[in-house]
Amino acid sequence: MTALHLVWQSAAVLVGGGLLGLVYKGFDRKLAARMQSRIGPPLRQPFLDVGKLLVKESVVPKDAVGWLFRAMPFLAVIASFTVLLYLPWGPFPAVLRSGGDAILVLYLLAVPAVAMALGGFASGSPLATVGAQREIVMLMSYEFPLAVAVVGVVWRLATLGGGPAFSLGAIAAAPLWTMVGPLGVIGLAILAACLLIVTPAELSKIPFDIPEAETEIAGGLMVEYSGTYLALFYLADAAKTIAMAALVVTLFAPYGIAGLLGLSGAGGQAVDLVFHLLKIFVVMFAAVTTVRVAMARFKIDQVARGFWLQITAVAVAGLVLLVLDRMVAG
Amino acid sequence: MAETQNVYEIPIGPIHPALKEPIRFTFQVEGERIRGVDIRTGFAHRGIEFMGMKRNLIQTLYLSERICGICSISHPIAITLAVERAAGIEVPPRAQYLRVIYSELERIHSHLLWAGVAAHELGFDTLLHLTWKVREQVLDILEELSGNRIDYALPIYGGVRRDVAPEQIPKVEAMVRYYRGLLDELLDAFLRDPSVEARTRNVGVLTAEEADSLCAVGPTARASGLSKDVRQDRPYLVYGELGVKAITPRDYGLEPRGDVYDKAVVRLLEVAQSLDLIETCLYEMPEGEITSFPKIPALLAFLKKAEGEGLGWHEAPRGEVIHYIRLEAGVEEPIAWKVKAPTYSNLMSWVPMFRDQEVADIPIIAASIDPCICCMDRVHVVRDGSPGTVLKEDLLRLSRAKTERIVSGARLSVPGSRPTAHGLRTTDYGGGL
Repeated sequence: MTALHLVWQSAAVLVGGGLLGLVYKGFDRKLAARMQSRIGPPLRQPFLDVGKLLVKESVVPKDAVGWLFRAMPFLAVIASFTVLLYLPWGPFPAVLRSGGDAILVLYLLAVPAVAMALGGFASGSPLATVGAQREIVMLMSYEFPLAVAVVGVVWRLATLGGGPAFSLGAIAAAPLWTMVGPLGVIGLAILAACLLIVTPAELSKIPFDIPEAETEIAGGLMVEYSGTYLALFYLADAAKTIAMAALVVTLFAPYGIAGLLGLSGAGGQAVDLVFHLLKIFVVMFAAVTTVRVAMARFKIDQVARGFWLQITAVAVAGLVLLVLDRMVAG
Repeated sequence: MAETQNVYEIPIGPIHPALKEPIRFTFQVEGERIRGVDIRTGFAHRGIEFMGMKRNLIQTLYLSERICGICSISHPIAITLAVERAAGIEVPPRAQYLRVIYSELERIHSHLLWAGVAAHELGFDTLLHLTWKVREQVLDILEELSGNRIDYALPIYGGVRRDVAPEQIPKVEAMVRYYRGLLDELLDAFLRDPSVEARTRNVGVLTAEEADSLCAVGPTARASGLSKDVRQDRPYLVYGELGVKAITPRDYGLEPRGDVYDKAVVRLLEVAQSLDLIETCLYEMPEGEITSFPKIPALLAFLKKAEGEGLGWHEAPRGEVIHYIRLEAGVEEPIAWKVKAPTYSNLMSWVPMFRDQEVADIPIIAASIDPCICCMDRVHVVRDGSPGTVLKEDLLRLSRAKTERIVSGARLSVPGSRPTAHGLRTTDYGGGL
């Protein structure tokens, strides 16, 4: 693969991912509005929002640590868009790939949250400080079940000899569901459920929008951000939503339909890509849109307790089932 | 001390998304725990009582309606009762029933409004949108009966200004049926939803003793288990005949804990109670006049000759509202007008409710007493251009001085105002006390 090829592919994924993120955000808002019996904004509203934010003044508060405050939005955008480069896109393998990219993706997904927390601390507002503390607690709460779910899947695949361990490309190429026994299927289903519960927390959406909590701390982390910096965080959120949903799809439903339809070549690839994007949309709709219209916001202690005890216990149970499955299968 | 070092202050308000009106809380916070709160009011003082004392009584009536956008029947009812007592005006029975109907309609719309706001404070916007959607039905009926969705201009001294026409009765009945059918769904959404329960149970607790000693009123007191309702304790209009009973969580089979959940229980059950009252009133309402003074000039002339003082009370959706009025023969304006809105009585219950709660609970606890800040702000002290504070001792001293003035026979002074160096006005807080 030439360097030019790499640049071209990266540009396609980054631009495509950004646009897709905003389009999906538009759908998310419209569908949430319909479920709340509102009319909702037009589908292109996220584009209008970003456009408007980009031409607005970007205020840096007097009390802020200026360089940190300015740097964090860029860090968040870079990290969340980089994840897109490591994820396979349906029939197309990931642009960047290495042996341990599942681990890398886990860390990259945590970076925007850390960047937001640092930006919140740096903004010098008490409300943002509270939000930043909450973001850090959230991060510590959901990271473990998230890691258990991802590691469980990739470990089981590695034991079956499905390519290099911790490679997302290998997982996408070899769906686990049909390769494991009945215990393994139950374990996988549990891990998939855990990952779906972690998804809105990872994305700070209701009921886990605690770090921003509009009615409590007036936007928390984001309270001092405006203009271009806010637009960057907005884009980072859009890309992260896509990345998180794509991760779920890659781990648990990496199926294509081109084979079933008897298509091959460019046509088959196109159909599979569309199907992949559709699956991402379904995951987003199920784990983000419907959840956020159906629940009240939790409190930070409830979330921490829930993730550390219940969700972690469930995720570990799923992992244990996968281990048992391996022992049964030998 | 390590403990005091960790305590820092979070200011909430006067402008904050959790607050619908300006008031300032300064919380002493340790981590996410609230250790103390300082409440500062006075950002929404409009000098309404002062304005009312510069206008004739009918103009004052419409002004009273604008004390609060939500209680725009409660305040007029309290002031008309006060003036009717002061001037000795009889109210025809039909008008009394109509007043009850209007004020119970107001209670329904106010409680549904509160429920939506509470859901929003919890981050449950779907529930907010659904509650406010069903609230439209009662607003439609209020518009049908009064011509307005808000500020209805219905009560007047001696009666009401509009009758319920026979063809309107089926519409009201349809509304009653609509809400009866919906009530279970509402109870389900608010009281049996696990995520709502997790955020409201044992949050913002006000014990019965605290509610009693702090003189809490309305649903705030009833949620703590106090059987306290002006309609039951000091009946007025036809409430005595209707046999209203104060609703507490016991009516829902729960032992009162005084938390936010109980406040939701009480308010939602009161919607059902109001539906019953409206229906009873529609059936039992006698035919007849709706006012003793069909002609406004005649009413004005009568009021100008009237002399005396009167107290009017009413159970507004948020609790007891009291209007005091004093009339003097030959003067068109009231000589004294004092308004006590329910939020004023409930203000202090915030202090025990916030104690040891989390920062995340602030919005819902603040909303749980259904505060109406602009109703309540009666005084704002400005001394030499900066805000001043009046302490309990000052109030006691002023109040004693006032009593002495009254006892010694001096004419009740109209709260005056003296301009300060900065051109701001200092309201004479002695006048209203």
